[in-house]
Amino acid sequence: MLMPETGSGAASGYAVLAEGVVKRYRGRGRGGTEKRALDGFDLAVRPGTVHGLLGPNGAGKTTAVRVLATLLRYDAGRAEVAGLDVAREPRRVRSRIGLVGQYAAVDEGLTGRQNLEMFGRLFHLGNRRARQRAGELLDRFDLAEAADKGAKEYSGGMRRRLDLASSMILQPDVLFLDEPTTGLDPRGRGEVWEAVRALVAGGTTVLLTTQYLDEADKLASRVTVIDRGRAIADDTPDALKNRVGGDRIEVVAAEAGDLDAVTRAVDRVAGGGLVVTDATARRVHAQVADRVAALTEVARGLQDAGIAVEDIGLRRPSLDDVFLRLTGHGAVPGGDGRGAGNDDHIPAEVAA
Amino acid sequence: MTTDAANPAAVRTAPVRDHGSVLWAVTDCWNITRRTLTHYQRHPSAVVWQLGFPILSVLLYGYVFGSAMKVPGGGDYREFLMPGMFAMTMAMGFMNTTVAVVTDAARGVVDRFRSMPMAPSAFASGRGAADLVVAAAELTILAVTALLMGWRAEGGVPAGLAAFGLLLLLRFSLIWVGVWLGMLVPTPEAAGGLYAVAFPVTMISSTFVAPSLMPGWLGTIAAWNPISSTATATRELFGNPVAGGGTWVEEHAVLMAVVWPLAITLVCLPLAVRRFQRLSR
Repeated sequence: MLMPETGSGAASGYAVLAEGVVKRYRGRGRGGTEKRALDGFDLAVRPGTVHGLLGPNGAGKTTAVRVLATLLRYDAGRAEVAGLDVAREPRRVRSRIGLVGQYAAVDEGLTGRQNLEMFGRLFHLGNRRARQRAGELLDRFDLAEAADKGAKEYSGGMRRRLDLASSMILQPDVLFLDEPTTGLDPRGRGEVWEAVRALVAGGTTVLLTTQYLDEADKLASRVTVIDRGRAIADDTPDALKNRVGGDRIEVVAAEAGDLDAVTRAVDRVAGGGLVVTDATARRVHAQVADRVAALTEVARGLQDAGIAVEDIGLRRPSLDDVFLRLTGHGAVPGGDGRGAGNDDHIPAEVAA
Repeated sequence: MTTDAANPAAVRTAPVRDHGSVLWAVTDCWNITRRTLTHYQRHPSAVVWQLGFPILSVLLYGYVFGSAMKVPGGGDYREFLMPGMFAMTMAMGFMNTTVAVVTDAARGVVDRFRSMPMAPSAFASGRGAADLVVAAAELTILAVTALLMGWRAEGGVPAGLAAFGLLLLLRFSLIWVGVWLGMLVPTPEAAGGLYAVAFPVTMISSTFVAPSLMPGWLGTIAAWNPISSTATATRELFGNPVAGGGTWVEEHAVLMAVVWPLAITLVCLPLAVRRFQRLSR
């Protein structure tokens, strides 16, 4: 599917390469069912680029990052980072990568500077060099002013920047960013995006997982879409959006009983396209070609029929739509046992 | 800084130093130790807060209930109480380890360490070393407080040092309980709930009351509690009232104060290591 053009072998020329990677989890207890978090996952990331890994909760994004960052052993396939085999040389891989996980891995008991010095010493820089590197990174990530404040007092965006700086101590070849802006306000997201752009300008390859299409759109030159542990698309963000098509009309019915009538009204403007009805949210949406005409027609039709709506509008394609188009199911996983939050194996591990 | 955008993999050709060596394991351990000690350096009041409970207990038991408490075999209750308090503080110390480990795990700090080329053992060994340093500081503060309240160690300097050694040995063994539990519980909040379990365990011991004064079955449990062995052994070594009930375990308190921690370590250290290794499964 995504075989590298240069063939396999240590010198694949890719900064990150995964071929048919399988990661199994055994269900808890006796006779627990086996789950495949990764089920023949392929990925090829060119050096010096930002590569987006998109997928809904439970698709396997975090598992993929954890496998590539040597935190999880995989069961089959092949994975290579910075030209090194992940399974055979995890220690050497670790000296070439940086990892920024879903939570800012910042020691709140230390100042920003002390955090960076500690990580510097743990990367074996020595005291003097660790101090010097901490100073450089504080400047570079615009944290110099707050350097000697406790990290506990940092804002979300500042924590993330400190987190990024900590992963950049050795100027890694490959940086894994696992949903780096989840939970940040728009300003914090902007700050992180700025920092990521600066890193790539410095030559680092970034593998970025995200649930936000616009984030991938802003940062990534190429995007792999993952679903149920497999890469289902690999393309530029523009090409992906073109596949999804244009705007969607969205109507929220005031009464659940009117849902069928609303669905019919939307269906008339959908041009034979898929009309999605979400009963719990009383929401109906579909892709439309002529935005204004569709909106007018649906609004008039519902008004004539005397059907009250809570909300009606047009919206830009979202990741949900990409998934709908690529997989036939939405970005929010259904009741197939891969519920939200299960992407990350940590809760299960710790709670076991 | 290197900025060869075309091929960053080729930029850093410096060989990776041998991270497998014992020297690096020791260096990494020290760096993690230093990290924890820096926490206390930044917030020295943390130690005082942690000692609030034992000091309050000493005041409550020593002065509020003290006159109503009797020590079997005679002797001053406060003299009896202090070594028990030292042992209890060491025992409750496992909570510090647990909370610190679960906080690191929940915040992704453990993952960050594991993604770095540091010695995997350093996370636990550095934590443990720092915990021992903190425990020694706690014992010093408690001992000074006890001296101010009239407690005296009359067993001589070598015996006194041996007593402190046994107290730290108990704390050492509980590091592994703490690391193991820290990897087991899901959140720092859940770890807080362990107090509810730990508190009765420390109470059903010879900390405050001699087991011989308890109902038979409870007294037996209390006498065999590892905390009791350390408390009784340190009472003997400090020359304080022992209030032994004449059972085998109380007669051999010094031996058991060595055996219990070693047994706990033998069980819980491998459990903690296994738990850590299972993170990559």
